Amino acid sequence: MTTKIMRLNNFTRHLPPTKNWQLLWQKTMQRERVRWLLTDFAVPALALLLFLGLWNSVASHIDTSLGKLPGPAQVWEQAGKLLQEHTQERDKEKAFYQRQEERNARLQAEDPTAEIKVRAYTGKPTFFDQIFTSIVTVLSGFALATLFAIPIGIVCGLSSVIYRAINPLIQIFKPVSPLAWLPIVTMVVSALYVSDDPLLAKSYVNSAITVTLCCVWPTIINTTVGVATIDNDLINVSRVLRLGWFTKVYKIVLPSSVPLMFAGLRVSLGIGWMVLIAAEMLAQNPGLGKFVWDEFQNGSSDSLARIIVAVLAIGFIGFLLDRAMLMLQKYVTWDPKAVVR
Amino acid sequence: MKSNHLEVSQVSIEFPTRNGPFKALDRVSLSIAKGEFVSLIGHSGCGKSTVLNIVAGLHRATEGGVILNGREVDQPGPDRAVVFQNHSLLPWLTAYENVALAVRQVFKGRKNRKEMDDWIKHNLQLVHMEHAMDKRPAEISGGMKQRVGIARALAMEPEVLLMDEPFGALDALTRAHMQDSLLEIHARLGNTVIMITHDVDESVLLSDRIVMMTNGPAATIGEILQVDLPRPRDRLELADDPHYNHLRAEVVRFLHERHGRKVVTPFAAKAQDSAADTANLAAGGV
Repeated sequence: MTTKIMRLNNFTRHLPPTKNWQLLWQKTMQRERVRWLLTDFAVPALALLLFLGLWNSVASHIDTSLGKLPGPAQVWEQAGKLLQEHTQERDKEKAFYQRQEERNARLQAEDPTAEIKVRAYTGKPTFFDQIFTSIVTVLSGFALATLFAIPIGIVCGLSSVIYRAINPLIQIFKPVSPLAWLPIVTMVVSALYVSDDPLLAKSYVNSAITVTLCCVWPTIINTTVGVATIDNDLINVSRVLRLGWFTKVYKIVLPSSVPLMFAGLRVSLGIGWMVLIAAEMLAQNPGLGKFVWDEFQNGSSDSLARIIVAVLAIGFIGFLLDRAMLMLQKYVTWDPKAVVR
Repeated sequence: MKSNHLEVSQVSIEFPTRNGPFKALDRVSLSIAKGEFVSLIGHSGCGKSTVLNIVAGLHRATEGGVILNGREVDQPGPDRAVVFQNHSLLPWLTAYENVALAVRQVFKGRKNRKEMDDWIKHNLQLVHMEHAMDKRPAEISGGMKQRVGIARALAMEPEVLLMDEPFGALDALTRAHMQDSLLEIHARLGNTVIMITHDVDESVLLSDRIVMMTNGPAATIGEILQVDLPRPRDRLELADDPHYNHLRAEVVRFLHERHGRKVVTPFAAKAQDSAADTANLAAGGV
């Protein structure tokens, strides 16, 4: 015990002399906090400031046909404006429904048999509506892709014959750009999805399917690898137990490939989000892609700043989607040694 | 010997390789009585695991076959439960769930939910793992994992328990504990056991017979040693038992002299090395 204290004393010699261990403890804790502030907060904050400064100075030197390239201040201003437009639009919508309700009530009071019409508000979608549309679209495309990719991946992982049959197709279609898929998807959807009163807008279907076509591949490949590299002893366990095919897949193959599968899903969603913006531009799906395109066509002096707001929003939502997938991935990963980040 | 419970009959196996077929086993014949504990011992790569896998049904013999209770073995099944060398528990399931997977499959329709639950717990108790049944494999030690693996195998109520170097990856102390547990379980349940081992003491302590295999290729049974030590056996008493030591020496002698690789004692090795060095020097280079 005494030697321990002596050793500690040796170790802490360079510190201000103190007999109060509690105080010393507090001091070290403070030092920890300072270090945390420096590394986890100050460094990223400083880098961000540096970036904003650089952006500001460079942007002011670039003249475009739409005026100077906007700096952080203009972008901030436009972000505020977009939010303001959103609240105004919502107020207008509320007012519209209130007027309609009042009118209908009055009509009914005058003549109980009067025909009452209820119309939906048809204002133009705000920036936030468009964000919502984009997220819904990418998630539907991603869900569709997952629905195909996981079974295909499992089958490819279990059977080397099927893998050899499908692999060339995967390798060829994987690098294809969404811009190449979109015209084909558009034509096929128009040919097959014929309805007088479509439940889903064609632009939405086109964008979602394009997302699907571009983001199935990583999940297929990762699931295949996950299933194919399953520990042979575990397969032997299922053979000794005489598990049926479905039980084997459900109890042994799926859980053991789940970590890699989710790594693939995460990559897929990232690609899907990137692809979506391009798809929406061309398909005119009322999401962020269309927002960027419309602002570009609009060509006002505010357009570039508004597009940059959209760029930042796209980046931030992409980041959030990735975080959400990361949390899922961590949740399903059973191997405590696996490093997931 | 009692009626033939398990009969390994003239089993040969060839594996296709780039340089033509490789004959791993050549006419291995062995008959095992019910309740007998048999060890397979031999040098690495002599085909012990292949014999076990053929009995398990995981490999098919090229010639000959295995007959269990008068029926030929043609596929794996829970009547020949395997305890794998590296435990092979499903890492995402707890100890309880790992055993439950086996129990639910084997006793489907024969036991109700309550009976299954009791049976799972009973088997975990048998290997002294009831305290950690809600832990996952990554949270328990190597010895504990192997215990759960044994519980899973026992829970299948196998005709034959096949153990592929079950304690090979454990430290000496844990291994001794596991051997004692296995002795106790075998005394209680009287399973027929085939165990592969590298450990001479383990084989003598646990088995009724030790099957010593020659080196491959075309490995076969070199000699069978009857271990007629009375049960129950106690490792401390046996340590000083001259008969135990004699049997032990028999196995060592077989492994080292008769059918093993030529084993060089350290002293002789040194002499041989220096002789080789001299030869090299004489030839003008090292």
